[in-house]
Amino acid sequence: MASVSIPTERRGGLLRRPDATTGVWSWLTTVDHKRIGILYGITAFLFFIVGGTEALLIRLQLAQPDQTILNPSVYNEIFTMHGITMVFLVVMPLSAAFFNYLLPLMIGARDVAFPRLNAFSYWAFLFAGTFIYSSWFLGGAPNGGWFGYAPNSVVDPTRGMTFYAIGLLIAGIASTVSAVNLAVTIINMRAPGMTLFRMPVFVWMGLVVQLLLAFSLPIITIGLVELLFDRLFSTHFFDPAAGGDPVLWQHLFWLFGHPEVYILILPAFGIISEVLPVFARKPLFGYQFVVFSGIAIGFIGFGVWAHHMFAVGLGPVANTAFAVSTIIIAIPTGVKIFNWLGTLWKGDIWFTTAMLFSIGVISMFVIGGLSGVMHAVVPSDYQQTDTYFIVAHFHYVLFGGAILGLFAGMYYWWPKVFGRFLNERWGKIHFWTTLIGFNLAFGPMHILGLQGMPRRIQSYPESLGLTFWNLVSTIGAFTIAVGTLVFLVIAIASFRKPKQMVADPWDARTLEWLTTSPPPVHNFDEIPVVHSLDELWHRKYAETEGGRVVPVAAGGSGQEAHGDGHGDSHAIHLPSPSYYPLVAALGLPVLGYGLIFGLPFVVAGLVILLVGLYGWVLEPSVE
Amino acid sequence: MRRRTILVLGLGALAVVAAACAPNATQSALEPKGPYAQESYDLFVPVFWVATAIFFIVQGILLFFVIRYRHRKKRTTMPPQVHGNTKLEIAWTILPAIILAGVAVPTVATIWDLAAEPEGDVLQVTVLAHQWWWEFDYPEQGIITANELHIPTDRPVYLTMCAVGLGYEQQIAPSTCQEHPAAVGDSVIHSFWVPELAGTQDVIPSRTTYLTIQADEPGTYEGQCKEFCGLSHAYMKFTVVAHDPSDFDAWVAGQQAPAVAPPAGDAGAGAIVFYSTCTGCHAIAGLEDPDGNPLIANGGPSLTHFESRQCFAGCMLANTDENLRRWLENPPAVKAGSWMPDYDLSEQELDQMVAFLNTLE
Amino acid sequence: MATAEHQVQVPVTDHAATSTGLPNMKLAIWLFLASDCLLFGALISTYVLYRGASVTGPYPADVFDIPYTSVSSFVLLASSLTMVLALASIQRGDPARMRVWLLATAMLGLTFVGGQVYEFTTFAQEGLTLSTNVFGTSFYVLTGFHGAHVTVGILMLLTVVGMSFGGRITQDRAETVEIVGLYWHFVDIVWIVIFTVVYLIPTGTPPGA
Repeated sequence: MASVSIPTERRGGLLRRPDATTGVWSWLTTVDHKRIGILYGITAFLFFIVGGTEALLIRLQLAQPDQTILNPSVYNEIFTMHGITMVFLVVMPLSAAFFNYLLPLMIGARDVAFPRLNAFSYWAFLFAGTFIYSSWFLGGAPNGGWFGYAPNSVVDPTRGMTFYAIGLLIAGIASTVSAVNLAVTIINMRAPGMTLFRMPVFVWMGLVVQLLLAFSLPIITIGLVELLFDRLFSTHFFDPAAGGDPVLWQHLFWLFGHPEVYILILPAFGIISEVLPVFARKPLFGYQFVVFSGIAIGFIGFGVWAHHMFAVGLGPVANTAFAVSTIIIAIPTGVKIFNWLGTLWKGDIWFTTAMLFSIGVISMFVIGGLSGVMHAVVPSDYQQTDTYFIVAHFHYVLFGGAILGLFAGMYYWWPKVFGRFLNERWGKIHFWTTLIGFNLAFGPMHILGLQGMPRRIQSYPESLGLTFWNLVSTIGAFTIAVGTLVFLVIAIASFRKPKQMVADPWDARTLEWLTTSPPPVHNFDEIPVVHSLDELWHRKYAETEGGRVVPVAAGGSGQEAHGDGHGDSHAIHLPSPSYYPLVAALGLPVLGYGLIFGLPFVVAGLVILLVGLYGWVLEPSVE
Repeated sequence: MRRRTILVLGLGALAVVAAACAPNATQSALEPKGPYAQESYDLFVPVFWVATAIFFIVQGILLFFVIRYRHRKKRTTMPPQVHGNTKLEIAWTILPAIILAGVAVPTVATIWDLAAEPEGDVLQVTVLAHQWWWEFDYPEQGIITANELHIPTDRPVYLTMCAVGLGYEQQIAPSTCQEHPAAVGDSVIHSFWVPELAGTQDVIPSRTTYLTIQADEPGTYEGQCKEFCGLSHAYMKFTVVAHDPSDFDAWVAGQQAPAVAPPAGDAGAGAIVFYSTCTGCHAIAGLEDPDGNPLIANGGPSLTHFESRQCFAGCMLANTDENLRRWLENPPAVKAGSWMPDYDLSEQELDQMVAFLNTLE
Repeated sequence: MATAEHQVQVPVTDHAATSTGLPNMKLAIWLFLASDCLLFGALISTYVLYRGASVTGPYPADVFDIPYTSVSSFVLLASSLTMVLALASIQRGDPARMRVWLLATAMLGLTFVGGQVYEFTTFAQEGLTLSTNVFGTSFYVLTGFHGAHVTVGILMLLTVVGMSFGGRITQDRAETVEIVGLYWHFVDIVWIVIFTVVYLIPTGTPPGA
């Protein structure tokens, strides 16, 4: 066992370097990617419950026609916050949780490229979320939709959309620096022998997602700045009276917004690409094609944005171009689905909960993908757009795809992260309740949309004949809630068991299963040397000429290849904990409050930010 | 698991059937009642069936694999470690591409077809989207109306559309979008949607957009704003009333007739209240206030021939005395965010106003 | 918990071997700058979209003083030269000379920003503010973002000078200066684009002007 040192003596300087390894303080100052991943996961799950509650309120209001459970003002806030929460405060950070925890382990590294920056990203995300939610108490929550179309988002007299713009700017900073961090990690910190095409698919999807983030976030940053300036400083970016164009907002938003949906789904695609092979007991079918299709989706994803704007009146040339590009992007998506089916084909399928969720993703995403193709048929989209048909589509891909995929990841990696299983029997109850509830909630929305129910309406009249399916949908939503409650109980109950887990409980294929469960703080005693894709699998098993799998004898020929790539150190130096990422991140919401409440907060925010940044720059990363 | 699957599939089939047979579905995209809606529908149906076929094939394969290749307790060997098959990859890239190309070609053709301005005898209507009601102006007929779009069945209706806010001014003569100066006030994006007659078209401040609709048969067709536009987005509705050509001409003549001054009594008293309270926003063609000024202000819906309309307040309310009274008593309490304020009218004034409005046939 | 080891070899920073051979920090700054390209791309696109769209004046031709802005552009360009000289100095192991050139860079940068402040004050006196028209709106936000980037750059330069006085910037840690230099050159190149698109390319007469 190598000796690990986390030196903590500080030579000079104002503050003593934090040195806690247990307790609250250790979590506040951690720079360990595993702890940061857990922080992301817990925070995102809490926001999932909040966002889910918002959804239940919406469904309660719409269960019957002409209800007044939520008046129009509150309703507009609730559906706006539901969208903002689920996209920015749940799915993105849940994906970040998995990326943070697993990417270094999967590539055989000890941490990410910039551990303190990693911590900063988490805290900035947390503060962005709390900042946006503080709006409920400070003048009203955002109420212009998660998409914030101008001029409505500019002219709305309540404070909500100002909180929206500032809060998402802070979240954007968190995600942008995290994207650079994780991209550099993947590109630059792979274990010896791990070429790009020996990386797990999850890592590939991680790389594509980080690049999508890095190139799409700046665009919405400018959109949000322009919106903020229109609201705060009477600029005219979206002011039709002064020659501004409200459609500019839409272009800026969707140039980000479309890559964003691939940011939301690719992590889940990566997860199931890992889970399916393990529980089908055979490799992922068509690895290179799954990788290339992910890359293709990333590229083409920047060329489809105006399919959210077919009804704007951009003209037949634009509508044709975007119809064609949108139809094209269905092809690489189909390729993935077929390769997952190929993975199941002639496999030996074990129905663990993680596997059930992964199969659920394939099934539900097919539905969401097919309705997506229907939207690409522009003249049909003229009927479908802005109706519940669209709501059905994106919930099938985002819940049926991303959320189910993230649950698959939780069941799969829980033993690695926490050293305990999630209860498999109750997990299956969670799965079926969620699957049934989900289809009851969102299946009928296809019908509702085609029968004339627009989006974002606080109520509908009896005469439109929408009552029955709305009621069914509400029942489905509450069923999902029951399933989520089951998961919550399973998760908490798992900690009653002692931490007793082998390194590789699932007989898996990738490097994170090489080390203990949970991993030590330094991840690996020795950095593994990689010789192939599915490196761990090939250390355990060899293939005969007939393609039969036989276990590798212990102490056999594989052993001497597992040298330590660095060859020297038995002393591993890890980056030291630090206050400054938290401090610097804290400056951001204070600055944000300053933009709303005045100069003192601006000054305070700038001071906190600069103290945080300078302290960070001047302290060494390791002491 | 098989039983559950059949149940789910059965429910799905039932849903599809229910969708096609839904009663009262007066805003359904699946019930085209005019040639333009028909084009969208005719494209949707085959794509839907192709998608359904793909759905059953893919879900079927998934189900089959999951059942057929499930782990059997006695099994101790691992399956053959197949890594892929390039020929299959090519096949399942090219085959979907061919199907999608088959979808793309009619899609593009229909995009261009629907974008073309209609030719021949066309009725021109200007649509102005306000928060939260629809104004319909007929420039060639000299009519300004609100909430109800009356059209003939024998020709296409070409809608020229723009979004305006409260602070715009116009003369009594109906407008085209080009006449509105850039100062359009607090206007936001709306979207005009009457699914039985056509797909939707956004209505955007600072731009003019266009939509062609046509009804095959006389009747009433429901529509509403489809783009989130603020507090009363859900209550920004309208109806399209399609007439036989001769009935349409009669409607036009009725609308073109100037308003008749109300008789004395409640209605006359109501007119007096109207002149002092409402003429800052509401026009009535043919009437004059006590100073001899025509009533031409148009921040709010034109009330010319108000009584001929079936609904008001963005078609949120049916045009009954009871609803009128409720509305006039406190508009913001009825419709969130309403720009029409509460004028604190007395009970007597409310009765008189309703009586006056009833004379505006 | 104190240990006696303070080795320089740190596996998790860019001093360790990396998969590409590029140090982590350098790869990171390139990625960040690529991202920043899109930031300015969106701002420049907004400006170009609103060319000629202003309903009221003042218009670009009314306020721009091309000779003046050319001089301040040259000042910024010169600062890239001094930045290169600063990096060359430290790579040669001469921290003192590096500090001189870094300070020169910062001074030139400050001159540029000061020149912009003066320029914008003049424009404001001529009636062009953020809220006057879409020209004012898009112009000030675009150039303001750029000016903010320059200001951050100046702060970074001064910080490096300070760190150098503390002995923390040495020949084998020249990479820090290289990274600040990359950022500085990026900001300079963005200015060249802005100057060309905004100032030099004529907009023609807007309607009603």
